[in-house]
Amino acid sequence: METVMAFVVGGLYAAAVYMMLRRSIVKLVIGLVLLGNAANLLIFTAGGLTRGAPPLIAEGALLPDGAVADPLTQALILTAIVIGFGVLAFAVVLIHRAYEVVQAVNMDKMKDTDT
Amino acid sequence: MSLAVILPILIPLSAGALSLALWRSHLAQRLLGVFGTGALLLAALWLLQRVWLDGIQVMYMGNWPAPFGIVLVADLLGAIMVLLAAITAFAVALYSLATLGAEHERFGYYPLLHMLLAGVCGAFLTGDIFNLYVWFEVMLVASFALLILGGERAQMEGAIKYVTLNLISSALFLSAIGLLYGLTGTLNMADLALKLQDTGEAEGLVTTIGLMFMIAFGIKAAAFPLFFWLPASYHTPPVAVSALFAGLLTKVGVYALFRVFTLIFTQDTAFTHELLLWLAAFTMLSGVLGAAAQFEFRRILSFHIVSQIGYMLLGLALYTPLALVGGVFYLMHHIIVKANLFLISGLVYRLRGSFQLKELGGLYRERPGLALLFLIPALSLAGLPPLSGFFAKFILVRAGLEAERYGVVAVALLVSLLTLYSMVKIWNEVFWKAAPEQGAAAVAPTNNALLYAPAIVLAALTVAIGIGAEPVYRLAEQAAAQLLDPQAYIAAVLGEAS
Repeated sequence: METVMAFVVGGLYAAAVYMMLRRSIVKLVIGLVLLGNAANLLIFTAGGLTRGAPPLIAEGALLPDGAVADPLTQALILTAIVIGFGVLAFAVVLIHRAYEVVQAVNMDKMKDTDT
Repeated sequence: MSLAVILPILIPLSAGALSLALWRSHLAQRLLGVFGTGALLLAALWLLQRVWLDGIQVMYMGNWPAPFGIVLVADLLGAIMVLLAAITAFAVALYSLATLGAEHERFGYYPLLHMLLAGVCGAFLTGDIFNLYVWFEVMLVASFALLILGGERAQMEGAIKYVTLNLISSALFLSAIGLLYGLTGTLNMADLALKLQDTGEAEGLVTTIGLMFMIAFGIKAAAFPLFFWLPASYHTPPVAVSALFAGLLTKVGVYALFRVFTLIFTQDTAFTHELLLWLAAFTMLSGVLGAAAQFEFRRILSFHIVSQIGYMLLGLALYTPLALVGGVFYLMHHIIVKANLFLISGLVYRLRGSFQLKELGGLYRERPGLALLFLIPALSLAGLPPLSGFFAKFILVRAGLEAERYGVVAVALLVSLLTLYSMVKIWNEVFWKAAPEQGAAAVAPTNNALLYAPAIVLAALTVAIGIGAEPVYRLAEQAAAQLLDPQAYIAAVLGEAS
């Protein structure tokens, strides 16, 4: 399973980089979305894929019974997804405003601040 | 358990929330801006005093014992950075009172300012690597919104570059955290340092993860070769925002580099810190050469931020006690000087209505006081004695000579000379030469004391750091000693038992 996930994550990174290298700001944002998802899946895979029970401890016991899934990676990914979603919302509004102001989606037209 | 550690985060968070609640009242937001940052300044002083007297302060969130819960840790470096952030924020808040009009306040300038500060202080104080990511994002989102406040074309173009590169850096940071967690099963920085002391067979993997952190923080710190977002965006927002960004944001990246490459990734310093040394040299050079080709006031200053970041990285890369003292000293000197130069560029803009050097001129004749006010931070930036920059550079050069890295010392000295050239260029064009026949109209040539007070206070601090270099050196020396002794940090967080 890890091998499959490794290829999926690698593919996502590659797709993200490809999209970000395009000239359109819309594709740029799509690239950023893919990049965030790739990072989340990487955490998920690196944290260990186990077919464990939910990490609940029975009443009175101090340790869970048998193998349990690590809840922390999922908590991390959840946090990262929420943050990524907020940032993405901002990015979408930003490219919309930029399109209204610059009247172009081509990044080559946005070089005023570079000189 | 210490209240002092969490106050620098709580104060801006609550001030920001209150400002949001008082959205319609600009007066209340202005008052909160001044009093909130003023309270932050007091809290930062208290924290520094506590850390100086009682050693590293730790707070366990929700009383979960480390390494299971999130901890807030204030060592001397963290406390110093919080104090510098508070000083900059207070100066900028005062300056905003006089310069920012309703068109910026209406879109939430003050709430965003507080949120940015909460993110910055949180990043300086957290002892958990994932929590560091969260504070970075808090800071970034606030900075995104501040950057486009006003909605001009240049701001949009700058913001797209700024947002993209910072998000790429965040994704890399997150990936590195994921790999680190997979390897060690912990996120607490002290626990990570403990577990990675003996890497065994995973040494190559650990170094690779270390390099991912270096790239991620390097982008945020605007180090070579990924600094282009900075000069493309920092000259676009209102001056108060520029000054705040110039003082604080890249320095959070530098702080993070200092933290992880003294605490966690010290296994293979021959490789990682050597690489940092090269990065430092190229950052210094490319920044200063970029500045030499610019003729816009704030763009010159932006390129100089890049160049100065190189000096701080040099302190970290040499990794000797004296070099780290130099790095910390440089941080203290740089934040104050850089924020001040941006504020002064704003004062010039208000008098002349332009940032273009060729449209400016004659200000020495007209405002000798302002000219002097520019000269203090400008010469300090170039490193002339007895100002603060001289001692910062002197310590670094001396450390470089002691470590027998003559090449990088030569680069540092050359860059210092070119910095002086840039500053003299601004001086000649803005203050010395005769005013051009038809300059742009002044924006608002008011003589408000609030306009000048922050710049004067920051300039006075620059002189004070220069003249009273001895106590500041002691402070930096202690901070560097703590950085070089991770065991103390680990013991403070995890308890003596470990």
